[in-house]
Amino acid sequence: MDVLVCIKRVILAGNTFALNEDHTDIDTLHLGYTLSPHEESAVEAAVRLNEEFGGTTTLLTLGHVDSEEQIRSQMAIGPDRAIVLETDGSEWDPQATANAIIDAIKKEETKFDVIIFGSESADTAGYQTGIRVAHALGLPIVTNVKGLKVENSVARCERAVGNMREIYEVSLPAVLTVRDGIAIPRYPSVPGRIKARKKPMDVFPVEKPAAKIEKVKLELPPVKAKGATMLSADADGAQKLVEIFREIGVLS
Amino acid sequence: MSAQSSQSSLPSRAKAVVIGGGIVGNSIVYHLARLGWRDLVQIDKGPFPNPGGSTGHASNFIFPTDHSKEMTHITLDSMKQYKELGVFTECGGFEVARTSERMQELHRRMSSAKSWGVNDSRIVTPAEVKELVPYIDETVILGAFYTPSVGVVDSVRGGTIMRERAQEMGALQSFGNTEVLSMKVENGRIKSVITDKGEIEADFVVIATGCWSPKLAAMAGASIPLTPAVHQMKDIGPVPRFKDAKGDIEHPIVRDMDTNMYERQHGSGLEVGSYAHRAILYTPEDLPSNAQAALSPTEFPFTQEDFDLQDEQALELMPEIVGDESVGEKYAINGILSLTPDGMPIVGETPEVKGLWSAAAVWVKEGPGVGKALAEWMVLGESEIDMHSSDIARFHEHQKATFHIKERTAEGFNKTYGIVHPAEQWSSNRDVRLSPYYEREKALGAVFFETVGWERPFWYESNKDLLAKFGDAVMPRTAEWDSRWWSPIINAEHLQMRESAALVDLTAFAIFDVTGPSALDVVQRAAVRQMDVAIGKVIYTPILSESGGFKSDLTIMRLAHDQFRVVTGGAHGMADKKWFSDLLPTDGSAQINDLTTAYTTLGIWGPNARKILSALTKDDLSHEGFPFGTCRIIEMGPLRVLASRISYVGDLGWELYVQMEQGAKLWDLVMDAGKPHGLIPAGIGVYGTTGRLEKSYRAYGAELETEYNVVEAGMQTAKLKAQEFVGKAAHLKHREEDPAAILCSLTVDDHTSKSGEKRYMLGREPILTPDGGIITDSHGRRSYVTSAGSAPSLGKHVLISYLPPQHAKIGEKLVVEYLGEHYPVTVASVSSTPLFDAKNERIMS
Repeated sequence: MDVLVCIKRVILAGNTFALNEDHTDIDTLHLGYTLSPHEESAVEAAVRLNEEFGGTTTLLTLGHVDSEEQIRSQMAIGPDRAIVLETDGSEWDPQATANAIIDAIKKEETKFDVIIFGSESADTAGYQTGIRVAHALGLPIVTNVKGLKVENSVARCERAVGNMREIYEVSLPAVLTVRDGIAIPRYPSVPGRIKARKKPMDVFPVEKPAAKIEKVKLELPPVKAKGATMLSADADGAQKLVEIFREIGVLS
Repeated sequence: MSAQSSQSSLPSRAKAVVIGGGIVGNSIVYHLARLGWRDLVQIDKGPFPNPGGSTGHASNFIFPTDHSKEMTHITLDSMKQYKELGVFTECGGFEVARTSERMQELHRRMSSAKSWGVNDSRIVTPAEVKELVPYIDETVILGAFYTPSVGVVDSVRGGTIMRERAQEMGALQSFGNTEVLSMKVENGRIKSVITDKGEIEADFVVIATGCWSPKLAAMAGASIPLTPAVHQMKDIGPVPRFKDAKGDIEHPIVRDMDTNMYERQHGSGLEVGSYAHRAILYTPEDLPSNAQAALSPTEFPFTQEDFDLQDEQALELMPEIVGDESVGEKYAINGILSLTPDGMPIVGETPEVKGLWSAAAVWVKEGPGVGKALAEWMVLGESEIDMHSSDIARFHEHQKATFHIKERTAEGFNKTYGIVHPAEQWSSNRDVRLSPYYEREKALGAVFFETVGWERPFWYESNKDLLAKFGDAVMPRTAEWDSRWWSPIINAEHLQMRESAALVDLTAFAIFDVTGPSALDVVQRAAVRQMDVAIGKVIYTPILSESGGFKSDLTIMRLAHDQFRVVTGGAHGMADKKWFSDLLPTDGSAQINDLTTAYTTLGIWGPNARKILSALTKDDLSHEGFPFGTCRIIEMGPLRVLASRISYVGDLGWELYVQMEQGAKLWDLVMDAGKPHGLIPAGIGVYGTTGRLEKSYRAYGAELETEYNVVEAGMQTAKLKAQEFVGKAAHLKHREEDPAAILCSLTVDDHTSKSGEKRYMLGREPILTPDGGIITDSHGRRSYVTSAGSAPSLGKHVLISYLPPQHAKIGEKLVVEYLGEHYPVTVASVSSTPLFDAKNERIMS
């Protein structure tokens, strides 16, 4: 079973962060990069499919070539190769992103049985790319998948909807967009990392099309105070704690 | 009183404000309280107990041995304190060698362990390592330096206990989440600290804020030259072998020295740390706030590409664990720590602002020791452990430049576990301070060593022909280590000086004038020797701390009734200047003018020195007309030269001082006049080592430290001046009692190693009894080589060492340990009697 997982490098931020001067982007001076947890789960799910059924996993990202660090980190837990659609690192709108991915998939010799996306990107949260890709390729799609089981080329997908769970079956090939929790990602091992360094990574530069939508401005929400308030250092703190527990309904 | 209770507000006044809630700040508040100070306020911009600095992510292990005595003593003291706090877990530690060069280095570490008092270390075989670290591939290593007393500490817990003790004494209020915005300085003295929670006036402010320290110092116009730098580490696990681990650590820590890495068990995991990657340096402004940081302000996202090679090296050494595919990386960071251009901490009162103190670039292994030393320094005026290598006053102007800090820390970082030769030279940021003779010296093939930025010739390739002239008397060395950063030409220059004369560039001297109506009082108070002398006298004097130990030794020329010129070594010159500045009266009746770069100095010594200079001047240079220990202006052609008849090399001669821009002229005049008399230029190898050691002259930082007194150093005079001076009470006491150790000169009897090669000690090696026993004096101080070098006129290799009285006897047979082997030595002179020309007939000729 050949799986394609599409992932995106996003910033790793703390409780607050700064914006650049014209407030169109985040100031990345103090920030590192990471993958969002649900995309790590997507990779884990793909690796488990390979472990069960054989086949390969390919990772695909659209972004700055420095995304290699996140790609290699993920290849350390199993995926076989990677495709980087190289940009200058600036943000692409979901339609442009989807079109570039569609083109790349069409050029691939491998016909993927499963194409997995995170349900949305952790930074811009467009919820569009997976759906657009599925549509363009004429494939069925199940979104917001939290559980996956494949049998006889049919994927049984669990979706979380409010307090309920929905279960769908979809014949492969298909596109899935997943939530974190679909599979708890394993940690990369050192031998895994060493192997990952030698795995093939194809880099294809892609041209950014003229934007059809434009990000005008970002605004930071008012900063909430971080940290705890000390109720007391003495025994009377216990009474204060009881009052708070009552207030929030832990005690009646 | 609780930490950071949100009800209490910042007081408006304190005796001392300590900024920083890491291991250093906590240690300082505890020791200040213990020494009796009250009204202490501690603040940190982060929350207690882990405000987000480097303490919070430290690897927390401690190996006591360092080649620096000061560092080892501070570390040993810190270990003692951690144990007393109940936060020390002994686990043992190996420094393993992958190469034979490293094995030699481990033997050198053994020497340092013995010299500085680390008692339990030994060299072990790979099999012995395997026994305690069963997951190591012992075939990768050749052996190890094993120290059973190595341990790990809980530095956050230890710091918390110290802070709480100070609070329990009623001495301290601590405030977390309180950020310093600025500082007020009034008349050169710290006045107050302004925080986002209010202003606190204080007599003393201590900056103990690790990698943020430069930013805070700048608020008061002071400089703490360090840089935040990345140290990478990753934690892998769970390791099947450690699954039943009960404690934090049950196996010895392994330092893989040749790869600049370490591996330590951490509960069920293995922590792999590295100093091998490229130097990744930041500025304090790059560090995020607590709120902005994803993990903490000093834990940056891990950059795997910098660790790729380390993964493979860790795999080589510990394949069972690192090669296990089920063992995942749980946690990996680029941890921020503080690095300084010379690798030592930055401790003491800032020279720029009175009352503003620094305790920065201090790692967990040194934290409690530095805290204690700084508190002693603040409260008692000096610390028990001599901190001169860490003294913030040591920095010269160019060493505070960001460029210098970055270049040197980048170069030094990968030497964290490196094999650093005692004479090793920096390759970065050179040619910063050039004497007026630099081009001439370069043309003569000078090999330059750097001292506080100055490029100083150590020897001249142009003197190579002298090797043939003197033959085996130059005492050639065959072993690469012994002859690295050395040349037999030094010894040839020495012999030529003894035979005719040598010219030495001494531009690196630090020079400052003490002037004004109270100038005499100031120098009188600083110096042990009588300073109320005739104008034109040159006085060589010890400078003491209150406890009677050496703060410095230097010469002072009386140039006028109200003008004294202090000349001291460049390396320690800035600290000396601060020492004198601190003695200035507050009424402005004396001043200090730094003339270091206004004057250049050339030294000319040798039996022909008088003949050569006489060709250039009509002044009377006869022994009677220009007695030893005097100075005056003489005219030499177009120049008026301040000539001072003293000697640090044991021959007749003068130091010649002229204004910097006239230096080149002076050089040309003297060199031309010297040609017919066999004058050569000679390097600092002669001035600092061979000439000095033949005369048993002491050097500050080698023989002279606050841990030794004037009597032990053999520098007491028969009569003591009546006037007061710093350290007098202690000195009087020292004169009354028998010295616990006496400085002696020893010669090496046989240099032949087991392999048959002749070996030459380089200094800091332990002096042992003939059967290899450690020699310790009644104050617990070890006997070790303070200086080592050739004495070409004697054909001997000389070692200087303090010895307890029972061994300080001429003819006493002892041994020196060098790179794991013992060599027989004999005490050749006791106290200050020189080995060469004991009656000083040459100097007095």
